[in-house]
Amino acid sequence: MTKKHKAIALISGGLDSLLAVRVLQEQGIEVEGINFYTGFCVEGHTHAIRNHDKDKQKRNNALWSAEQLGIKLHIVDVIEEYKDVLLNPKHGYGANMNPCLDCKIFMVSKAVEWIEENRKNDFDFIITGEVIGQRPMSQRKETMPIISDESGADDILLRPLCAKNLPPTKPELEGWVDREKLYDFSGRNRKPQMALAKEFGFTDYASPAGGCCFLTDKNYSDKLVDLWDARGSREYEMDDIMLLKVGRHLRPKPEFKLIIARDAGESKYLEGYRKQFVTIQVTSHNGPLTMVDGDIKAEDFDLAAGIVARYGQGRDAEQVEVEISVPGEDKQTLQIKPLSVEQVNKEWHV
Amino acid sequence: MSHYELDARRMLCPMPVIKTQNKVKDLAEGDILDVICTDPGALSDIPAWARINGHEVISHREVNDEVIITVRVGS
Repeated sequence: MTKKHKAIALISGGLDSLLAVRVLQEQGIEVEGINFYTGFCVEGHTHAIRNHDKDKQKRNNALWSAEQLGIKLHIVDVIEEYKDVLLNPKHGYGANMNPCLDCKIFMVSKAVEWIEENRKNDFDFIITGEVIGQRPMSQRKETMPIISDESGADDILLRPLCAKNLPPTKPELEGWVDREKLYDFSGRNRKPQMALAKEFGFTDYASPAGGCCFLTDKNYSDKLVDLWDARGSREYEMDDIMLLKVGRHLRPKPEFKLIIARDAGESKYLEGYRKQFVTIQVTSHNGPLTMVDGDIKAEDFDLAAGIVARYGQGRDAEQVEVEISVPGEDKQTLQIKPLSVEQVNKEWHV
Repeated sequence: MSHYELDARRMLCPMPVIKTQNKVKDLAEGDILDVICTDPGALSDIPAWARINGHEVISHREVNDEVIITVRVGS
């Protein structure tokens, strides 16, 4: 009996990986998916912390893609290992703090490792949805062999959507996959993918602007660099990278930053940090919960409370009551005049 | 059949899914796992994960600000 060949597919949740899998399924290849969670992945409901996003459909696009394709999906937590990719990228950063090429090499190498660790499942090769010319840093003709080589995948890495523009890989040479039925997509034009999606009957698919990673976002990258500068260290924890996605960030002094919730959803999220961090809240009027990241001294409480009051409903009052909670200490109450718009220095905004 | 509980409070998706996936690897077919989450996104993600990987969500309920999703482990 002829062996049925198996591939593990890197699933981001976007259209390209969805199509790459379906192309191989059409050739009778059995596919399972793998998705790596770095902590910086853009997820539908990471945004849904905020009120105005609550109506958006809550779904994880990688899981959704796997369900559309009828394949298993293995989600792997790589948060710790990913730190080295972000902090020491051999191939450098893109326009922001995005180490896209190193990231792709890392993910393919993790897929190689996963195949080794799951040898009993007998996977033969790896597929990705990469398209030559699709991304300015990581998906270029010159980077494709770099990814294959440096990940250790070598000739078992197949890109079904642009395979015809690349040298044949082992699955093609061995006849597991018919190269003639693969594609030669290239460039940033998405029309060929959209046409193929239509052919396969995919009508609803994710197309995130700016890709699937927060590190490609300028505002997010700026906040990350500010955090590192303020601490004098580029170490980070999971809570740090989650908190960069929440609230309005103001740094009135180098040693501390205020994270001011923008709505009730974010206030609720920050509530979870009350036991670990100093928090500030206006109690005489409605206002956002604010978390202090860093080392705030008692002499700075008035300044911090005045800023926080600016973002509450008592912003025009002569005086508001503000409660400051320091973990392990009694709450303090201040009577404070909210800062005016002009008094909130624009340079404090991170 | 044994009954287990997994604390995934204060985790944002997909971490509750990853924790569930990793816990289920150590359980036997038919075992029951209650996953306690605070991210409402888990209400869509854990059932989706269960469907594609051969497990079954047998109930879910919201208690105060927590979501408890009960999974029966498949083969």
